[in-house]
Order: sequence, then structure tokens, then C-alpha cells
Amino acid sequence: MSLTYHLQVVNLLAAILLLIAFAMLSQRRIVGLITLFAWQGAALATSTAIVAWSTGQHHLYYSAALTLALKVVAMPWFFFRLVRQLEVDREVETMLNIPTNMLIGIVLVIFAFNLALPISQMAGTVTRSTLGIALASVLLAFLMMIARRKAIPQVIGFLAMENGLFFAATSATYGMPLVVELGVALDVLVGVFVLGIFFFHIRETFDSLDLAHMEKLKEH
Amino acid sequence: MTAGIVLQVAQTLLALLLAPLLIGWVNICRAWLQGRSAPPLLQPYYSLRKLFHKDATLAHEASPLFRFAPYMIFACMVLAAAIVPSLVNDLPFSPAADVIALVGLFALARVFQALAAMDIGTAFGSLGARREMLIAFLAEPALLMVFFTASLISQSTELPHIVERLAHQEFAIYPSLAFAAVAFWMVSTAENARVPVDNPTTHLELTMIHEAMILEYSARHLALIEWAVALKLYTYSVLGIALFLPWGIAAAGDYTSLPLALAALVVKLLLGGAALALLETINAKMRLFRAPEFLGTAFLLGVLGMLTHFLLEP
Repeated sequence: MSLTYHLQVVNLLAAILLLIAFAMLSQRRIVGLITLFAWQGAALATSTAIVAWSTGQHHLYYSAALTLALKVVAMPWFFFRLVRQLEVDREVETMLNIPTNMLIGIVLVIFAFNLALPISQMAGTVTRSTLGIALASVLLAFLMMIARRKAIPQVIGFLAMENGLFFAATSATYGMPLVVELGVALDVLVGVFVLGIFFFHIRETFDSLDLAHMEKLKEH
Repeated sequence: MTAGIVLQVAQTLLALLLAPLLIGWVNICRAWLQGRSAPPLLQPYYSLRKLFHKDATLAHEASPLFRFAPYMIFACMVLAAAIVPSLVNDLPFSPAADVIALVGLFALARVFQALAAMDIGTAFGSLGARREMLIAFLAEPALLMVFFTASLISQSTELPHIVERLAHQEFAIYPSLAFAAVAFWMVSTAENARVPVDNPTTHLELTMIHEAMILEYSARHLALIEWAVALKLYTYSVLGIALFLPWGIAAAGDYTSLPLALAALVVKLLLGGAALALLETINAKMRLFRAPEFLGTAFLLGVLGMLTHFLLEP
């Protein structure tokens, strides 16, 4: 293997990212889900920092710091508080049972790897082989959003998808311009707070965070 | 060649001696973590001695198979322990079985265990045997996937080649092995009847898996089975070391680094035993019907390991 050690570490972190995506898919409890999300953010921040260091792209340091502050500290803290206030740490209900979820997940991974192969050959970055993993994380997070019924896991799925996209940007083009990244980070942050307020309203109206109730348009 | 045979015998004897000590060490760590006073390190030896001095009691209906099974299980485990490189790589026994045959060897011991459990015809024996088979048929493919991931890296299913490739050639980080390591941990808890799949210290017959199968054994038969259980845990630990932390195992024919290899092995077993005790303390035993899901996850992680190998390690 001819890769340098820091790139091997980036590859390892990419693998851990995928591992955490699968762990999130199989996690039954919301608190566990939030912890996993924080770990995914940590892996993402570390890999971004290593890419920044090994390629000399200084703006990636800011992205790494932003990821660390938002996705490892702020958002998990916010979610933990939310879960405590809403008292919703029970088993997460899934549409499909967990093994089926995992099987669909592995099909998605194979699909993503194949899809990314020609794209990554076109990319000129040293980290291009991790593009498949980034794509797979996006699809897995998407699957999680589809398969979960409750509101908080769906939002965490959305944020995990953002993690995957961010990783894809880092591995394909060494990240987006800083302005774009700042904008996305702000959007995500605001989005999470808005959704947090939504949770309270949803629960007040329906006495539950199960979004299936929202499919009925009729007034009770 | 003679040096190789001597070392092979020494490594096998070391496995026989260290296996009960490993169980004793895990029990001590568990006791510490759970705030109980710890049993002595040599407690498994005391139990074995006590059991060997007792007279065996057999059920009236016991067939010769029931009496033969403990010897067979013990022999399988000794052979497995002899095959896995723990101190020196590429000893004379190693070519006897590659990783696939090794899985077969474990399966052979399991078949005898299950047959012997059903032989007496008690309810708990059959119940344990059925549960063991349910767990085993899910654990085996996952274990094979873990081995295949390592085999893809080293282009060989022979353990000496795998260790040689991972330990003695240019150091590289293999992301696929991260998946394989998690899968291996999950499989080995199932195969060694540890928490979260089974509880080795349980007294409740209805929740037993492995213990239910050996309820009818006594004295020397029970001692052999207990020793085989210890050997199995040791073999799995050494397998994990050989696949994921192989640094320290002496290269083939390199006899000067033997003391270092021994020290490395002991340190790794101490750390591994403590880690096992920690994982057993923070996890609760799961319901039996969660076990297929748990092992299905292990299998998927093994497959993912192979996929990431193709993606990231060209």
C-alpha cells in the first residue's frame, strides 16, 4: 500500500463514519442515537482536520472547528435537553424491523460504492477513495429518516445526512468554500432550533411525537 | 524441525496452562468492576482439581456418546489452540488447518456438545442444545466473513500467512479490519457463551444456553468441559490477537524474540481479559430472540469489512 499514514488514518475514520451510520440504523434508543451522532461528528471533525493538515488547505481547519463546536457539543447538548424535557427516551419505533433495515442498508452501501467508483476516478484529490463511503453515509441517513416514525430520530437522520454530504465535499474537492460552509452550518443550526420548537408544538397538538398523526388532515 | 516441534508442544502446553488463568483473570476483573471481593486468580485450577478428584455420576440412560463427548470437545479445543499462532508464527501444526477448517473444528466440538446434551433426554439439555444451534448457525457465517476480510488482505486463508502479512511486513492501517474487529467481538461473545448473548454465571435454567447443555455432567467429564470452555475463550482471544493486534508474535524461525513474544502475549491477554470484563459489565444479557438480530449485525459488519476492503485498500 502506497498511501501515507495520515491518509490511512483518514480512510480508517471514513470506515468508522460508516460503522457509526450502521450503528445509528440499528440503535433503538434516542439517547444512544444522540451519542452516536456526537461520535460521528467527532470522527468527521478529526478526519477534516487531518485532511487540512496533510494538504495544507487552511480553510478546512475552520470547517473542522465548526463541526466540532456544532455537531459534537452544541447539537447533542440541545438534543439531550430536549429529550429530557419531552421525556421521550423510550424505544424508537421503526417502520421496518431492524434486521430488514440493516439488509436494505447493505444494499445501499453496495449501490453507493459502485456509483462512486467512476466519480472518484475523475476527482483529483488524494482522499477520493472515501467518496463511496460518504455517499453510503448519506443514503444510510436517508434510510433512517424514512424508516423512523418519531420526530427526533428523523431530525438526527437529517443531520447525519448533512454529515455525509460534508464528508463527500471534503473527500471529493477538499471542502466547499468557507462562505458556503458557514451558511450551511448556520442553516442547520437554525433548522435544529426551529425543529426543536416544532417538537413541542407537535406534542402539544397530538400528545405524541409520532409523525404518523400528522398524515391525517382532519381536525379531531 | 525439532525446534519447531518442541515449540509447538510448548505453545500447546502454554495454552492449556494459561486458559484457566485467563478465565480467573476475567472473573477477578468482573468482581472488581461489580464491587464484589474477587476470587483468587487460581480459582479455576482449584475447581478443576476438585472436579478431577470426584467420582463421576452418570444417568442410567447415558449412551457411550455422552461419556465420549467431553474427551472429543477437549481434544478439538486443544487442537484449535495448537493451530492458532500465539507465540511463534508458522509452527509445524499450523498448516494442518486454515481458518475455514478451524471454524469446522469448533463446529465439530459443538455438534458433540449438542448431541451429548440431547442424549440424556432431559428437557433442559434439549432446550440448551436447540438454543446453541440457533446461535451457532448464525455465528458461523459471521465468523467466516471476519476471516475472509483478513484473508482478502493477505491473499491466503492460512493463519501463518495472515499473521506474517499483518505483523511482519510494512505497517499499514486497514479500515476493513475495524469492521471485522467489531464483528469478531460480537461473534466471540456468542460462541463463548458470554454476556450479552449468554451469561456464564447464571443459575436460572430457563435463561441458560451453554450451561443448560452441561447440567448433567459431573466430576472429570465436567472438568474436561470446563477446561475446554476456558481453552475456547483462550483460542478466541489468541485468534483476535493474531488478526487485529499481531505485533509481538515472533516470526517463523525467529527464536531469539521468544521472551518478548511471551511478554507481549501476556500483556495483551491481561488487557483483553479486562476489556471483556468491562464489556460484560456494561452490557446486559439480551433476550434470546434478540440474538439473531445481534448476530445478523455481526454478519453484515463482516460483509461491510469486505466491501470497504475493495473500496479503500486497492
